[in-house]
Amino acid sequence: MLSISSYLALKEVWRNRGRFLLVSLVIALITLLVLFIAALGEGLGNGNREYISKLDAELVVFQAKSDFLIQASRLGRNRLLSVRRVDGVDNAGMLGTTNANLIVPADNSSLKVALLGVEPGRPGEPPVEEGQQLGTSQAKEAIIDRNTALRSKLAIGDMLTLRVTQGTDDEFYKLRVVGITGGQQYALQPSVFVPFNTWDTVRPKSEAEIGVSSDPVANVILVKLTDPSQVEQVRSLLTRQVEKVDAATIDEVIQALPGYSAQQSTLNTQGGFTLFIGILVIGGFFQIQILQKVPQIGVLKAIGTSNPIVATAAVIQIVVVTVIGVAVGGLLTFLLSLFFPPTIPIVFNGTSAAVAIIALVLIGPLGGLVSIRYAVKIEPLKALGLSS
Amino acid sequence: MTAYALETQSVIKTYNSDSGIIKAVDDVSLQIAAGEFVALVGPSGSGKTTMLSILAALLQPSSGQILLDGQDLATMSDVARVALRREKIGFTFQANNLVPYLTAVENVELMLRLNKKLDRAGRMRARELLARLGLGERLNNLPGQMSGGQQQRVAIARALIHSPSLVLADEPTASLDTERAYQVVETFAGLIHEQNRAGIMVTHDLRMCEYVDRVLQMQDGKLVKIYTDRKDILKLAKGGRHS
Ligand SMILES: Nc1ncnc2c1ncn2[C@@H]1O[C@H](COP(=O)(O)OP(=O)(O)OP(=O)(O)O)[C@@H](O)[C@H]1O
Ligand SMILES: [Mg+2]
Repeated sequence: MLSISSYLALKEVWRNRGRFLLVSLVIALITLLVLFIAALGEGLGNGNREYISKLDAELVVFQAKSDFLIQASRLGRNRLLSVRRVDGVDNAGMLGTTNANLIVPADNSSLKVALLGVEPGRPGEPPVEEGQQLGTSQAKEAIIDRNTALRSKLAIGDMLTLRVTQGTDDEFYKLRVVGITGGQQYALQPSVFVPFNTWDTVRPKSEAEIGVSSDPVANVILVKLTDPSQVEQVRSLLTRQVEKVDAATIDEVIQALPGYSAQQSTLNTQGGFTLFIGILVIGGFFQIQILQKVPQIGVLKAIGTSNPIVATAAVIQIVVVTVIGVAVGGLLTFLLSLFFPPTIPIVFNGTSAAVAIIALVLIGPLGGLVSIRYAVKIEPLKALGLSS
Repeated sequence: MTAYALETQSVIKTYNSDSGIIKAVDDVSLQIAAGEFVALVGPSGSGKTTMLSILAALLQPSSGQILLDGQDLATMSDVARVALRREKIGFTFQANNLVPYLTAVENVELMLRLNKKLDRAGRMRARELLARLGLGERLNNLPGQMSGGQQQRVAIARALIHSPSLVLADEPTASLDTERAYQVVETFAGLIHEQNRAGIMVTHDLRMCEYVDRVLQMQDGKLVKIYTDRKDILKLAKGGRHS
């Protein structure tokens, strides 16, 4: 049955290859669109959460009532000490976040970066791929992420200049680049990691903060557990034993990142709609084609072709046209992606591309379902031109 | 029971229409032996196509019996009728005969493919049959590249290739000029006799009756007259174009 079905299906495709190719091309364009939307979603999401999702920590401690918003939370050193005393906590480090301008040496332009204060050797300090980890809490050193290195052309051993506004003045700070870490963007910005006390010195300050010497204040505390499976237990211990704090898992923090969920759901909706339009386009094409094919399907049935053969042939045809379209679209996407500058947040992630491709391959048969039903119902008598 | 290839008993087909019940086929009983070629004639609306569709297992009669090689078509399941059409019946229709994306020879071979009987010998026979029908040069033409008459001849080859018991043709000469029509029907009749099939041809053109063994005349759904005598048949054929 399969051999006669595929014989009929493929002969028809081959003898009408121009028309079928056109449909494949439409599917290819839909594929291109869907894959790019997926890649954009992945890229944007990634740029937003990259640093957080790669953290060597299971829990993040926030100031109570800060809604898991990192910028809204303030925690001092006394909290850090309490956190470290909680059972099940293996290690904990402060994380301070802010923005700064990095002066690109080549042309003195400024690059907006996320300036992150981390404690050397504690959770929060990213592992370097080249060079060394940070020395001490006061060291005038920095680790930059791959993205920052690409855009600023800074290398290990170079001096890095930060421009920050403190009070009403622009201040310049020079730090030595000691290490380069992988992709560690934070809030869609390339990042610069500095020792926590250095961070407190160089971070932008309001007029009121200048000259007042106080204990440096972090945004959140990153907690690594002795046993990662004990997340819930340690979380409730933390909130009970440390004053006025909330604890969140990494996933919860990511979902609470400003704009993250909204952005992802917008892009998912767009992708879904594109797939839906694909179903309609393919469904429409095959329906029109079936209407034109009533006499020939009638002949086939009259000479003794069974319904399963007719239906299988229709499915094979749709699958072939869709698979060719998706393959061409995938290839086009790949070729196009080679020409995209690294500054555009596009990331082709295996899983999301695979999901998109499976969805795309399924839209063909789904769209063609109505036409297949119609083909099965055609009366062979119609071939005789007898009954209408 | 005698060994007729095809035998019908009181076949009736009624349709309900606005103006009441139409008896498209009204109590038709007939027998056709293997190796016999008959013509079904009659005025427009007399029920020829309806009768042919019933014999082709494409249409269920309202009542009656149709025995093809001893099997009753009227009581068969749908699946069994599809198989029967594939194995025991050969067709040519008035129009839209061929599968448009298959070449002449592929259209003929399709019948063998459907029956899972396409082998080297089958391929040879398909080509020979087409050559005999004057299409030796057209084997690889698509239907769209052939004239109506050429298509009709491909359909005749397809109707015969799988050694069916019954061969049915609805107006096989409708799209042909007189000269071609004679040729096609003569070849058709020759093949049916030679291969010992039971053949029925519906036609408007009484001149084509020259090549048949019997003429069945229908009127208002009834089988009103059967010409068996050779002289009567030839007289009918000389008589003119229309029944
Ligand atoms: N599906 C149908 N529904 C209702 N009436 C029908 C149907 N098919 C055929 N008829 C009627 O049955 C009668 C016989 O029709 P049929 O097509 O068998 O005639 P015919 O002898 O083939 O005519 P023609 O020579 O014009 O082809 C006609 O009155 C026709 O209107
Ligand atoms: Mg008719």
